[in-house]
Amino acid sequence: MSATNRPRPQPTPETEHFWEGTRAGELRLQRCVECGGKPYFPPRPFCPHCGSRAVEVFRASGRARLYSYVIDPRPAPGFEPPYSIAVVELEEGPRMMTNIVDCPQTPEALQLDMPLEVAFTKLDDEITLPLFRPATEAPR
Amino acid sequence: MIKPGSIAIVGAAETTELGKIPHLSEIGLHADAALNAMKDAGLGPKDIDGIACVGLSRPQMISHYLGLTPKWVDGTGIGGCSFMLHVRHAAAAIHAGYCSTVLITHGESGRSRIATMPRPPEPGTLAGQFEMPFSGRYDPPTLFPMPVLRYMKTYGVTHEQLAMVPVIQREWAAKNPRALYRDPITVEDVLNSRMIAYPFRILQCCLVTDGGGALILTSAERAKDFPQRPVYILGTGESLESPIVSQMEDYTSSRAFRVAGAEAFRMAGIKHADVDHLMIYDAFAHLPLFGLEDLGFVERGAAAQFIWERNTAPGGKLPLNTNGGGLSYTHTGMYGMFALQESVRQLRGTAPAQVPGVEVSVCHGVGGMFAASGTVVMSNERP
Repeated sequence: MSATNRPRPQPTPETEHFWEGTRAGELRLQRCVECGGKPYFPPRPFCPHCGSRAVEVFRASGRARLYSYVIDPRPAPGFEPPYSIAVVELEEGPRMMTNIVDCPQTPEALQLDMPLEVAFTKLDDEITLPLFRPATEAPR
Repeated sequence: MIKPGSIAIVGAAETTELGKIPHLSEIGLHADAALNAMKDAGLGPKDIDGIACVGLSRPQMISHYLGLTPKWVDGTGIGGCSFMLHVRHAAAAIHAGYCSTVLITHGESGRSRIATMPRPPEPGTLAGQFEMPFSGRYDPPTLFPMPVLRYMKTYGVTHEQLAMVPVIQREWAAKNPRALYRDPITVEDVLNSRMIAYPFRILQCCLVTDGGGALILTSAERAKDFPQRPVYILGTGESLESPIVSQMEDYTSSRAFRVAGAEAFRMAGIKHADVDHLMIYDAFAHLPLFGLEDLGFVERGAAAQFIWERNTAPGGKLPLNTNGGGLSYTHTGMYGMFALQESVRQLRGTAPAQVPGVEVSVCHGVGGMFAASGTVVMSNERP
């Protein structure tokens, strides 16, 4: 997928660690060190469950399952139609929007709950997007 | 707590035209609707002392444009259900004595796009960082249907069942001369129509039109002196969930719907069996299913079959989206105002597809992609 002319995210101070992570080939989530450590996403410098500012960044496994999606057949800059727009559920719990790559963009190939793994895709020197592809190893 | 029926809608109107209106910008649509509503209520600008609106046109712009001197202002802007919240907030303000007569306006040049709301979010917002780079057009047809496949898998709902939603609403639209689309359609027509974003085809997506509407609210005591039959506010509810659909808690149910709906029913003191007429904001074909379930009219997962069995169709026991809805009547972008207008018409007895004997109407709205919700329960009888 020729991703280079897609809408480009603008990292903010609160999210910089996430985009540093994808540049380094890591999917980084956050969790609270006070209320049980439930991972959360999107990034923010406090726990959305208890409000504590005592949170830490950790590296996620990159494993996920396909939660839901649409397939858009219409042209859009940076996308080759038809393309899937998906929401995946990470092994650690949070969900994120992404695209499923290395897979036919059809309802037959894109089965809900199929195992996926992160596939980092570089837009430019600053931005690398976390896309996902069908898992190449069996889920744990 | 405000008593059910303390506040009434005494003026209600849409823009003179709906559909394609190339001779009016967004603010012009607000004004056209506001003038029509003031005429409906027999009022002029000097009689209005409260203003609420949403859009590129902020309250200060509408207020000045119309020549108002408000002492109460609400610019709540949470998408297409903002008007349900405006009604709720206006009722509270009138009850508190902050103002006596509130004008709520909507105008949107959704089709002609003349001086109207810009679409793409800032690239540094959560939407700009965590959804836009993955979603291509980042438009409602790619985002709103995101939960549909999960909903279908969870409850075993079929493509045919989801295609029945626009078919039934077209039956209502056929009775309405102002509806943009009136020709009958079949499930087969829906399933053969152009794919917009799988699993949804164009007949499962709302129209994109220009238009507007306005409401005028005052106390029930004053309402009987107005020319139109008053429509009393029995109960209201509002809530928020996630501004980006990827973070919606449960892809089979809207938390915002459940919270807003339950609060409106509780305030109104009504049961589901009391409801004669229902409006559920239908930007896309799955929204009436979520609405029927999350408002508690049917069990979770049962809405598609409920619609399939014609319970919401003309002659059914729960008439739903009787103007034809966003799928067939009109949809400017923030459709909630039009749902409210149809509830008012049904309660006045002036709807083109009038349901006999309507006493209680529930009007339920969504904002963003399940980001927000507002519910209004209305009646033509003061409890």
